[in-house]
Amino acid sequence: MVLPAHLRSLANLSGEVTVVAGDEPTIRSVLDALERAHPALRGTIRDQESGKRRPFVRYYACSEDLSHEPVSTPLPPEVLAGKEPFLVVGAMAGG
Amino acid sequence: MWHMSGVRVLVGTRKGVFVLTADEGRSDWTVSEPLFSGWEIYHVAGSRLDPDRIYASQSTGWFGQLIQRSDDGGKTWEPVGKEFRYDGEPGTHQWYDGTPHPWEFARVWHLEPSVHDVDTVYAGVEDAALFRSTDGGGSWQELPGLRTHDSAPSWQPGAGGMCLHTVIEDPSDPLRLFTAISAAGVFRSDDGGASWLPKNRGLRSGQIPDEDAEVGHCVHRLAMHPDRPQTLFMQKHWDVMRSDDAGDNWREVSGNLPTDFGFPIAVHAHEPETVYVVPITSDSEHVVMDGKLRVYRSRTGGDQWEPLTAGLPQENCYVNVLRDAMAVDSLDSCGLYFGTTGGQVYASSDAGDSWAPIVRDLPAVLSVEVQTLP
Repeated sequence: MVLPAHLRSLANLSGEVTVVAGDEPTIRSVLDALERAHPALRGTIRDQESGKRRPFVRYYACSEDLSHEPVSTPLPPEVLAGKEPFLVVGAMAGG
Repeated sequence: MWHMSGVRVLVGTRKGVFVLTADEGRSDWTVSEPLFSGWEIYHVAGSRLDPDRIYASQSTGWFGQLIQRSDDGGKTWEPVGKEFRYDGEPGTHQWYDGTPHPWEFARVWHLEPSVHDVDTVYAGVEDAALFRSTDGGGSWQELPGLRTHDSAPSWQPGAGGMCLHTVIEDPSDPLRLFTAISAAGVFRSDDGGASWLPKNRGLRSGQIPDEDAEVGHCVHRLAMHPDRPQTLFMQKHWDVMRSDDAGDNWREVSGNLPTDFGFPIAVHAHEPETVYVVPITSDSEHVVMDGKLRVYRSRTGGDQWEPLTAGLPQENCYVNVLRDAMAVDSLDSCGLYFGTTGGQVYASSDAGDSWAPIVRDLPAVLSVEVQTLP
């Protein structure tokens, strides 16, 4: 996975982060795994209570915007193979 | 730089925290690197029981609210609890257009470490509610008696949002607490935060249909001298007010101020009748008047005010000073500090007689607190 700089510094990470998310990882399970491994990130990508993606956060993979896909969507095979990252991106906002 | 006799000024800005330190002379300052660079910091506050304990409210529109805690005077920080869940079904307040609007958590405006217990800290949030942690910020519980007051469905946001921005403990009575909400007004609890009563008698606000209403006043800030917990000073949207009966009754003390609109208000550390405000032109012009940055001081508990200008820009200055952005230290010669929306932090080591900038080019300043270090 690739996280925005603010979240990398919050979780004391540098570069890409690898998470273990079961046999058939989905958007939800990969974020669950990320938050288990790095509890400081809870609530920063998804609302802690509702589990909804925060409005100015986007999910991309393989040049596709997965932000509006159901969270049960499986991750693309290229991501599972480690060839492409699952990107969490802070949307363009503000000035 | 972190442990010394002197003062530590904690500055929250639109883009991070800056820590400014000096010895008792307060003329030679060290400015830290930015902490939490790029994050909006509504407030940074240290414990009066343990100056090494500091909390910061950190947020961005992207990633939401975080709370950071330091136990070594700001050298290292750790994210702590950030779940601010309203107790039960939160209900509605009024929106700007008068329609009911559900209570929604936006951010923590103000952190108030308790003077009674080192691990207790209060958080005032938007949409207005008061939270308390008794484990040093690890977890937060709402004190719902305030938000569920009978008047709450009629509360309306001020222009900056419906925020609970002021929390003051009575140092002599652990059960007594004051809060202020824009634009609902002052509330007092005499039972440790369980139940609350509006304390707005004497406030008059021309912007609301009933000028003398029990709630609906846009109180910007309260200040109390710790030795005089019955006396409170208030900067309201318009009007500077005082109460000598713990908020039961208020009277206007704007006196000869050039404008009585403003945000912060502070009391001298050793003189309970010496009060400071920063007059701002108006609610439609959130800048100081006439291009002059002037702090006004009253040595008579209000009514008579004098401008303090030495060392402050007296031309071409158009900044604002926000409600949490002024503080006093408790050294023998009382020091005064404030930060501007233009990124300057000014200090006076002689109770306001003269001023000098500590730093001029920070991001817009949201909050200024000062710790007097042994």
